[in-house]
Amino acid sequence: MKVNLRNPTRTIEVEGPMSIVALLRRLDLNRESVLVIRDGTLVPGDALLEDNAEVEIRPVISGGST
Amino acid sequence: MKCRVCREPAVIDIRRHNANFCSDHFLRLVRDQTTKAIDEFQMIRPGERVLVAVSGGKDSLALWDVLNELGYEADGLYIGLGIGGYSDRSGEMTRAFAADRGLTLHEVDLRAEYDTDVPTAAKATRRVPCSACGMSKRHLFDQAALDGGYDAVATGHNLDDEAAVLFGNTLRWQTEYLARQLPVLPARPGFPRKIKPLVRLGEREMAAYCVLRGIDYIVEECPMAVGNKHLGYKEALNAIEATSPGSKHDFYFGFLARAAERFRDAAPAALESGDLATCERCGSPSTSEVCAFCRLIERSAGHEPVTLTRKGKPL
Ligand code: SF4
Ligand SMILES: [Zn+2]
Ligand SMILES: [Zn+2]
Repeated sequence: MKVNLRNPTRTIEVEGPMSIVALLRRLDLNRESVLVIRDGTLVPGDALLEDNAEVEIRPVISGGST
Repeated sequence: MKCRVCREPAVIDIRRHNANFCSDHFLRLVRDQTTKAIDEFQMIRPGERVLVAVSGGKDSLALWDVLNELGYEADGLYIGLGIGGYSDRSGEMTRAFAADRGLTLHEVDLRAEYDTDVPTAAKATRRVPCSACGMSKRHLFDQAALDGGYDAVATGHNLDDEAAVLFGNTLRWQTEYLARQLPVLPARPGFPRKIKPLVRLGEREMAAYCVLRGIDYIVEECPMAVGNKHLGYKEALNAIEATSPGSKHDFYFGFLARAAERFRDAAPAALESGDLATCERCGSPSTSEVCAFCRLIERSAGHEPVTLTRKGKPL
């Protein structure tokens, strides 16, 4: 599957099918700090992503101090 | 995963509530939590006008959207900070958001109106960019709110922001900051009321709200934020949250309920009593003859603008 990452923007290939939880673990990401988005909406944590899926993993933490 | 309210398929889980929600019920939760914060801390009274500090990021655009959904009279103010392409893009997104929804957006541009910008001012005054930026924003929001007859300035600070700032202030026992870290700061002569209606909502919830509402916000980070302590505090708190959901909420709301009061005497006396002089340049309340913002402008206006680059390319 195609996984689009941000900051900086890049795309990686991950072999599916795979659950969201497994994907985030594989990428070493904390579930509190990202959202998984497909076709403009949220993908729930228990969804299974097929090998032909394309998702965005968007960080939600911003760093401005004020 | 099923929605706690209607048992339809859920789109998001919120671990600190130990619950999942469908899109509709999640959006309702965000509005309800905002209303709860507004009521609990008496942030906005009936008929009052609110000026929302909008940056083009998820929190401020979501806040503006929620306040309008809830029926408040809320206009936006965007400040052009001159942080390279990042500022250009966030300004465009803010304008598009306002235009789509027919909302009133005011703008102040540091370069056009004061002949400086955040990177240049930070360099000229040898301040950390976020400190020069934060001080300028506070000054300009206060001034715009008073000039425009707004009763309160609303900012998009969420639970993660407040917990991270509290964490930083507690680590160093910065009692004068702890005294003022409240969801509402009442108006004082020369200062409008400051309110943070999103304090009951996490950062992930605000991003989710934007996705589900179709709000296009700036996802890229401000290049000046790179490596600041605030991000590290958030990561540390999220590591704790992952094993112990609800920790951030308990930390911040426990502080408000049981500790904040004890720091009240640590607030700078001049600020508390409203016993301030008036800046001879701009007329704002100030502890010195010329306020910190006017001094920043004086020392940086007309300087050779700093161009932000990464790997030789302009940002
Ligand atoms: S990260 Fe710092 S410099 Fe950038 S907008 Fe926020 S406060 Fe300003
Ligand atoms: Zn539902
Ligand atoms: Zn001044």
